Amino acid sequence: MNPFSSGTRLRDMIRAIRACKTAAEERAVVRKECAAIRASINENDHDYRHRNLAKLMFIHMLGYPTHFGQMECLKLIASAGFPEKRIGYLGLMLLLDERQEVLMLVTNSLKQDLNHTNQYIVGLALCALGNICSAEMARDLAPEVERLLQFRDPNIRKKAALCSIRIIRKVPELAENFINPAATLLKEKHHGVLITGVQLCTDLCKVSEEALEYFRKKCTEGLVKTLKDVVNSPYAPEYDIAGIADPFLHIRLLKLLRVLGQGDADASECMNDILAQVATKTESNKNAGNAILYECVETIMSIEDSGGLRVLAINILGRFLSNRDNNIRYVALNMLMKAITVDAQAVQRHRATILECVKDSDASIRKRALELVYVLVNESNVKPLTKELIDYLEVSDEEFKGDLTAKICSIVTKFSPEKIWYIDQMLKVLSEAGNFVKDEVWHTLIVVISNASDLHGYTVRALYRAFQLSAEQESLVRVAIWCIGEYGDMLVNNVGMLDIEDPITVTESDAVDVIEVAIKHHTSDLTTKSMGLIALLKLSSRFPSCSERIKDIVVQYKGSLVLELQQRSIELNSIIAKHQNIRSTLVERMPVLDEATFIGKKAGSMQSTVSSPVGASINLPNGVAKPSAAPLVDLLDLGSDDVPAPSSSGGDLLHDLLGVDLAPASKQSGVNHSPNNNGTDVLLDLLSIGSPTQSSSSLPDMLSSSQGNKTPVSPLGLAAPSSNSIQATSSAGAAPVIDLLDGFAASTPKHENNGTAYPSVVAFESSNLRMVFNFSKQPGNPQTTVIEATFTNLSANVYSDFIFQAAVPKFLQLHLEPASSNTLPASGNGSVTQTLRVTNSQHGKKSLVMRIRIAYKMNNKDVLEEGQISKFPPGL
Amino acid sequence: MGIRFILMVNKQGQTRLAQYYEYLTLEERRALEPEIVRKCLARTEQQILCKAVIHVYDADVYLYMEQCSFVEHRNYKIVYRRYASLFFLVGVDNDENELAILEFIHLLVETMDRHFGNVCELDIMFHLEKAHFMLEEMVMNGCIVETNKSSILAPIQLMDKMN
Repeated sequence: MNPFSSGTRLRDMIRAIRACKTAAEERAVVRKECAAIRASINENDHDYRHRNLAKLMFIHMLGYPTHFGQMECLKLIASAGFPEKRIGYLGLMLLLDERQEVLMLVTNSLKQDLNHTNQYIVGLALCALGNICSAEMARDLAPEVERLLQFRDPNIRKKAALCSIRIIRKVPELAENFINPAATLLKEKHHGVLITGVQLCTDLCKVSEEALEYFRKKCTEGLVKTLKDVVNSPYAPEYDIAGIADPFLHIRLLKLLRVLGQGDADASECMNDILAQVATKTESNKNAGNAILYECVETIMSIEDSGGLRVLAINILGRFLSNRDNNIRYVALNMLMKAITVDAQAVQRHRATILECVKDSDASIRKRALELVYVLVNESNVKPLTKELIDYLEVSDEEFKGDLTAKICSIVTKFSPEKIWYIDQMLKVLSEAGNFVKDEVWHTLIVVISNASDLHGYTVRALYRAFQLSAEQESLVRVAIWCIGEYGDMLVNNVGMLDIEDPITVTESDAVDVIEVAIKHHTSDLTTKSMGLIALLKLSSRFPSCSERIKDIVVQYKGSLVLELQQRSIELNSIIAKHQNIRSTLVERMPVLDEATFIGKKAGSMQSTVSSPVGASINLPNGVAKPSAAPLVDLLDLGSDDVPAPSSSGGDLLHDLLGVDLAPASKQSGVNHSPNNNGTDVLLDLLSIGSPTQSSSSLPDMLSSSQGNKTPVSPLGLAAPSSNSIQATSSAGAAPVIDLLDGFAASTPKHENNGTAYPSVVAFESSNLRMVFNFSKQPGNPQTTVIEATFTNLSANVYSDFIFQAAVPKFLQLHLEPASSNTLPASGNGSVTQTLRVTNSQHGKKSLVMRIRIAYKMNNKDVLEEGQISKFPPGL
Repeated sequence: MGIRFILMVNKQGQTRLAQYYEYLTLEERRALEPEIVRKCLARTEQQILCKAVIHVYDADVYLYMEQCSFVEHRNYKIVYRRYASLFFLVGVDNDENELAILEFIHLLVETMDRHFGNVCELDIMFHLEKAHFMLEEMVMNGCIVETNKSSILAPIQLMDKMN
């Protein structure tokens, strides 16, 4: 009885499922069916076994779990009849995979069936084995399969060949057993056996060097002859596709020849003629012919050099590229990508066509072409290519702009011959697709602009013009704001005019207009607005005549619902209104941003906006006794970081609160004048005048302007505490370049909750060596602590081959970054720093603990120091 | 390996046949299928739109499509072809010959046509196991076994006769 012809219940189920209008209905039907099948399985109902399985297959296809049917498959396979076995094996292949234990049980049935007298049953078993064989089964059943490679019926031989592929992939050691039988298969005439035999040989070559050598020596000629026969074979209706006899076999043969010819001149020589014949004689007006040509080209490109053939291949690609069938063009682009390593010049010749393909309406083709253009770019053609791409940017699809801008930016950065060109191109990209570029792109641009001191004037004027035309491109706007803030005076005074520029007249109020428009634009986000406010502050000093107007704009944000803007507005307003005398110093032009630092940071982690490279300036003896209180303390008063108060943090808090509320001027300023004053760091940072060097060292100078007058400092001290940037800088203020307000870090309001400053500790000290740990946390990731280890040599000898190692218990994860150097100068004349990242999976429950080992050479003698560190500050 | 999976999907995006040659869990399959089907179907719609606009009509519709039949997805490619209301999607490794796979899809359809006589979605649904047996004769472990339609269909027809 065959359930598919007699029973209607499978059909009924399919109909029922098809009739379902909603997913819920479908689920209900499937659930009911599954329940019925389970019941039937439990009753051990023989008659409905394969019908049940057929249903399960359908249910499985719909994406429902069917694991309960697995045992049924095994039972069906074990039964005697062919129809049962057939459905059983099919179920096995669909419902099970090699990782399931159930599969172990089937090995025995498979073995029996492989030895069955009925060749169709043998075929079933081979097919199943070929699809799901695991390594263990491969070992058990390899002898059977090997024997079947010589079976009388070709239909069994071909299946045995593919089964062998699975076996040698699972257990490569078995490969040698198959080399000889595989070579015999290559002599067959039956197409099915031949194609699978060729496939088996190809796979053998992949897993075994020995097989590759063997086939190269013994079979290359035979294969060439076989290919010749297939190419010249008379019309065979059963294999004919578009006038070509069995293109699939062609392709498999060409693939194997490619493997054999690669890296072997003799074998390559041997196949030259036939490849030339295939390349010239194959009809290219049908897909089948093109498939063969495509494969042939790839083989020609991969085997050892033969000039004539390569020319032929490149010509075929040229023809493909100009074909109007998109499929053909797609494969041509694909192939050119590979050809570029072989013959870059030849590919360059097709540059114009490839560029056309970048503008194709088909996304797949565009993607391929763009990648190809990307590798085609070099110093000599970067300018025209970039121009083409940027021109296209104007008209390209929205969804393609992301990819396209990323590639253009990458090309421009990589091959830029000069800074002015770089800046020009980037401005064009930003004007066209500024909303599609990643943050790094405009960050990099700002760094470059900052470094090109002779182009400041030019750039700011170009940005001013670009802004007039493309004010909706966010990242362009940001760069423009930043530059106008920094170099606004150059814009107004036409400083550094280049010959190529048209002079423009921009008044001070025009410049302020730009920023006002940007801030008020409805699409501007928080970062843009914050940057705008800072720029306004800078302009207020550069353009005294606009000071009042700027103040008015700033004041409007006093009531902003966004805390960040509100704070910023109040702070800046107080600077503008009350501190004329220090303002100009505060808003001085940013020092040149260090390209190396920026690139290093980019390579490190884009997320960690504040990773303090040096910790010398933080010396915070309090404030973290109670971790929960710490952020609050930070927010309330930076004084808490500075006052050396050994009392509990509760007391500090009170003290700080008082400090803020009452603002005793003398006390505050006194504090602020203490040498390692972190709070002022924050302030300096906030105002973007931090220098890239240690801010603590430059502090006294910066403050000298207000030395004589104590009052101005204290309200500043008041303004700063509420700033979000405290945490950003509290861990040293050593990354002023990257500070929030300079526009390099997205000003995520999240910052304020995570930043807690931890005191640095002398983690290890011996007579020769001192190791200091400084701690910081990445915002939003309280589990991870970034530890900056600073090593100082206390002896009079230089240490070489300096290696620091650390081990942590299981609940911690440690990541060590490379040390800054492996040589430690003598007598503390310098230090080595190394960053450690520790992730505490038991954050809040267990504190950090670490075992360390330091090895170095002193006077060519190996020294080893070890120790355990458990005195980490709590809360890490 | 070559072929990673073969899917037959109707215009509504419902899977009608799925054969994987690398094991995917149920969850992975459920995530993968709609994703690639959406990708391919969207492209075809765009193409039909294009055709309507420029009135391109070619006798050999399969070859002169506006959009190419290849979509890159994760680290492999999908070669797809549409026959009436049924889409055939074949996932292949990156180094596979895409044009040959396209030809293979056509061969698969011709084979099914020969057996069912102008195959349609319902034939495949109601004879799912037969469709699978045919596929089994053509592809094993991701490699093509047989391209001769008579040889492919012989065991199936034998079975039919037995019943």
